[in-house]
Amino acid sequence: MALTNVNPTRMELTKLKRKLVTAVRGHKLLKDKRDELMRQFFILVRENKSLRIEVEEAIKEANKHMSVARSSMQDEVMDVALMMPKQELKLDIENKNIMSVKIPVFNTHFKTNDKSDIYSYGYAFTSSDLDDAVKSLSDVLPQMLRLAEVEKSCQLMAAEIEKTRRRVNALEHVMIPRYRETIKYITMKLDENERSTTTRLMKVKDMMLAQAHGYETF
Amino acid sequence: MGDKDSIYGFAALGLDIYPEYDAAHAADTLRKLAGNNYAVIYITEALASAISEEIDRYKSKELPAIILVPGVIGNTGLGLANVSRTVEKAVGSDILSQK
Repeated sequence: MALTNVNPTRMELTKLKRKLVTAVRGHKLLKDKRDELMRQFFILVRENKSLRIEVEEAIKEANKHMSVARSSMQDEVMDVALMMPKQELKLDIENKNIMSVKIPVFNTHFKTNDKSDIYSYGYAFTSSDLDDAVKSLSDVLPQMLRLAEVEKSCQLMAAEIEKTRRRVNALEHVMIPRYRETIKYITMKLDENERSTTTRLMKVKDMMLAQAHGYETF
Repeated sequence: MGDKDSIYGFAALGLDIYPEYDAAHAADTLRKLAGNNYAVIYITEALASAISEEIDRYKSKELPAIILVPGVIGNTGLGLANVSRTVEKAVGSDILSQK
């Protein structure tokens, strides 16, 4: 519905027209933003999905080894074996900006570079299944970190897409039609005023002619 | 975070592990970790389903990233369901699973 409580003046009309131009431009920009976000989102979310399937598969595999290891070793031995890890993982976080969505980028630092440092125990008292379990987990770790990055990005982008879509829709279906309607209303009102002024002038002219010369024109 | 059996192996890789069984306590730990400069928190699906409200709160925050992983009990499919939910949120319908 048009705003009917607006003053039908020329000033109001100019103001509204300027607002409409801004709204249309904003709408176009936001729409572009939404489309681009959507495209990026799909690239990421596809990766997210395949990564997740991969990671889940790998962890399942590792857990199999782990279960076997647990069943063949005593709890205490297991605890002692894994109590003091040699390896340590640190993450540096950077920000990447995709279409004004800040997404995290993780840089990993391991304390030691030696591949065998994932085994924090001597091999004498532990079952080889534990080695397998730890090995398969360490193999999947890079993918897990990538998954964390991608999945978080997806969540953040989804939130941003939702927000942008709402804005686009609000502009497209509420703001812009309302401006158009109001502009139309004011234009019509102004035209009507103009017509009525013309009629009045004609009428006045007739009356003046009748008074001055005493003849009727209608 | 999760039950001990599921997460013990990760200790060897240099991740900090927090064995949790109880939902209320787990939520507490999660809050503590989130406020404690952890960027990524892996949590078993079994435990995550118990404290999903707590996890949802961190979804729109930049950090930490809370990632669900399957535990020893097996894959509950919750992780993948979450991906679908993200798609649904962004697009309006889950268009990836139909393929």
